[in-house]
Amino acid sequence: MSLVFSDEQEELRRTVRSFLEHASPESEVRRLMESDDGYDPAIWRQMATQLGLQGLHVPEEYGGAGFGYVELGIVLEEMGARLLCAPFLASAVLATGALLAVDDALARKELLPGLVSGTTIGTLAFAGPTGRPEPAGSGGLGPQGGTGAEGGHHGLLAARAASGYTLRGTRHFVLDGALADLILVTAWAEGGLSLFAVPGDAAGLTRSRLPVMDLTRKQADLTFSDTPARLIGAEGDAGPVIDQVLRLACVALANESAGGARTVLEQAVRHAKDRLQFGRPIGSFQAVKHRCADMLVAVEGSKSVAYHAAQVAAAGDSDRLARAASMAKAYVGEAYFSAAADNIQIHGGIGFTWEHSAHLYFKRAKTSELLFGDPVHHRGLLADRLRV
Amino acid sequence: MSRTVTAAGLTTLVDDLLRSHPPAATDPHEFLGARFDAGLAWVWAGPGDGGLGADPALQPLIEQRLAAAGAPAPFRYNPIGIGMTGPTLLTHGTPEQRGAYLRPLFAGTEIWSQLFSEPGAGSDVAGLATRARRDGDEWIVDGQKVWTSYAHIARRGLLIARTDPDVPKHAGLTAFVVDLTAPGVEVRPLRQLTGEAEFNEVFFTAARIPDTQRLGPVGAGWRVATTTLMNERVSLGGGLSGGVDPGAALLAAYQEAADRGDGNPVRRDQAIRLWIEANVNALTAARAAAGGNRGRPGPEGSVLKLAGAEHSRRAAAYLVDLMGPAGTLIPDYRMTRPGLPLGGGGPRDTAAAFLRSRANTIEGGTSEILRNILGERVLGLPGDIRVDKDVSWRDIPR
Repeated sequence: MSLVFSDEQEELRRTVRSFLEHASPESEVRRLMESDDGYDPAIWRQMATQLGLQGLHVPEEYGGAGFGYVELGIVLEEMGARLLCAPFLASAVLATGALLAVDDALARKELLPGLVSGTTIGTLAFAGPTGRPEPAGSGGLGPQGGTGAEGGHHGLLAARAASGYTLRGTRHFVLDGALADLILVTAWAEGGLSLFAVPGDAAGLTRSRLPVMDLTRKQADLTFSDTPARLIGAEGDAGPVIDQVLRLACVALANESAGGARTVLEQAVRHAKDRLQFGRPIGSFQAVKHRCADMLVAVEGSKSVAYHAAQVAAAGDSDRLARAASMAKAYVGEAYFSAAADNIQIHGGIGFTWEHSAHLYFKRAKTSELLFGDPVHHRGLLADRLRV
Repeated sequence: MSRTVTAAGLTTLVDDLLRSHPPAATDPHEFLGARFDAGLAWVWAGPGDGGLGADPALQPLIEQRLAAAGAPAPFRYNPIGIGMTGPTLLTHGTPEQRGAYLRPLFAGTEIWSQLFSEPGAGSDVAGLATRARRDGDEWIVDGQKVWTSYAHIARRGLLIARTDPDVPKHAGLTAFVVDLTAPGVEVRPLRQLTGEAEFNEVFFTAARIPDTQRLGPVGAGWRVATTTLMNERVSLGGGLSGGVDPGAALLAAYQEAADRGDGNPVRRDQAIRLWIEANVNALTAARAAAGGNRGRPGPEGSVLKLAGAEHSRRAAAYLVDLMGPAGTLIPDYRMTRPGLPLGGGGPRDTAAAFLRSRANTIEGGTSEILRNILGERVLGLPGDIRVDKDVSWRDIPR
């Protein structure tokens, strides 16, 4: 396995990078982060129709390009570098990933083409009130058993109805949950935790936007009140699906974060060269220079581990993926956060203003560190998996 | 011969070598000499220099195939020669010098050392004071070098000496190949805080070096030294990683502690954090090796050296902490001197390794100097104010 990209992959990176230069300048990021839905439908359409990004990793039979996670990782890195405001993680990674992982060819055939073409925005609702997924204990994010207040069978229940099922209960921290047209949601049926599909405008569905720290990535709580739902796969299938999708989400977020870390390093270095104090550029002082050097080490390490995780995801071995995903999520989560924090420190006062973009990256970094399991949590999973 | 050498062609050459010189039945020095003659030492080098003029990206293929067949690893027989002075000779040596030195270097029959650091020139190695004065076709050398690995068993050394004290410090240096067995060269052990003497002091007293052993032009010593130092950082950084699981020892040590009742969630988390660091550094090393241009290493060597040294120091401290009171004991402080090939003595005692790890962030460029290099050469940040710039070396305070 080589950690170096092919000419075609480098070409993809250049294409996406130049697209995002005009699609996601800071002015657009600021405009969209102040909006409710937090994305630009025209850009979203272009991403699908001109670049085919939403279906890059989807097999051709569903309208995708048939590439894998290495290519998707490249795209995510560039998106993270530009703080692209779009439901890409929710739709292309979580919802698409869930459909690709579940054993339901009919659902894939019916639902994937819409996600790939960008006409449908999807998301995945899996988390209880603390953000941990149900079922806790199946290996995904939570080793804590399913008997606590949030765990067990009390979170979200599915009842058989005349045709299909109805859902009752609440799912929390749903990425782009207020926006999604297609909500894939885990709920407890008689046969165990199961995956369901619910349209965004379904009867009895209440969507509450959450006051997010990172305004560039929207979240919502979804409450289902006898909401009709379609079973995807069989009853009891959802546990392994969620495990797999969350591993892929960690890989995706690690690559996105590596891109963000790259940008904050560039910002810090530029400022350290331009900012004059005591009659010289502050980057000539070792206290500042050495902080930049440590950021570079963090960025290079982040790239290495994120690229590796994407390769493992592309290769498809689930045991190795569990390891690589947790390693990448734990390392890059901390590395991006510390680089984004260092960027504010190197900028000094201007870095603490609303006007400067340093805080946008800082907030994305902290959010990314905490989503899908924080570094301590993933080190715990690794320890279990490495049997220490 | 050209860059048309293919992977398949190389595989055939490696297999021919293994057939004509079965590693199990061949003296390692003889094997390495035959490998050099086959152009499989460093494939990007020219024919006659141990190479085939091939794409450097093909080198890992050779290393993997030879390692799988149990062939001797040249680095173990001549670490400084393979890691540092060999690549420097390839870059700066004349055809005569390359012809005289490279084959015995690669075969490990002539061990090499590097003679850069001095008591008064550590991080500021360009300020070194060892003098070389021209005398007809020879140079006469006086001065003292320090931290010289393997000088007690080395035949040759790469020496940087001051040939012109009246120009700024970088401009007055010249590189030489020195015969460490020549008259006027004295090697003494330098005992370190571990009790061992891995390194030496080397004293030059009117030692004579023929001008034919000058490496590069007079006054170009800094350029030669830079090639060596960049290779050193790759060598040290890369050497700290490798293997199937570079963090396995950390996990095993924690498990042992847990088995005797000393496990706890904090130490467990620390073990995994260090395990991740070790693996991330190994991945960065793999990325640098795959993307880099061998023989002319880029700045990623400095990233690796810094990250690897800081990690190994943290890991060594963690391992001794895990031992509790047993970590206060050390087998002995005998003054031993290392021999070659490497890897004969087994792993160091944990407490001894903890002591040794303090050198990781000093040797081959301190972590502070490496951060300067990353900041200035990689990130392009401006240099610090230099009071010794544009001043002749003679006038710099020391």
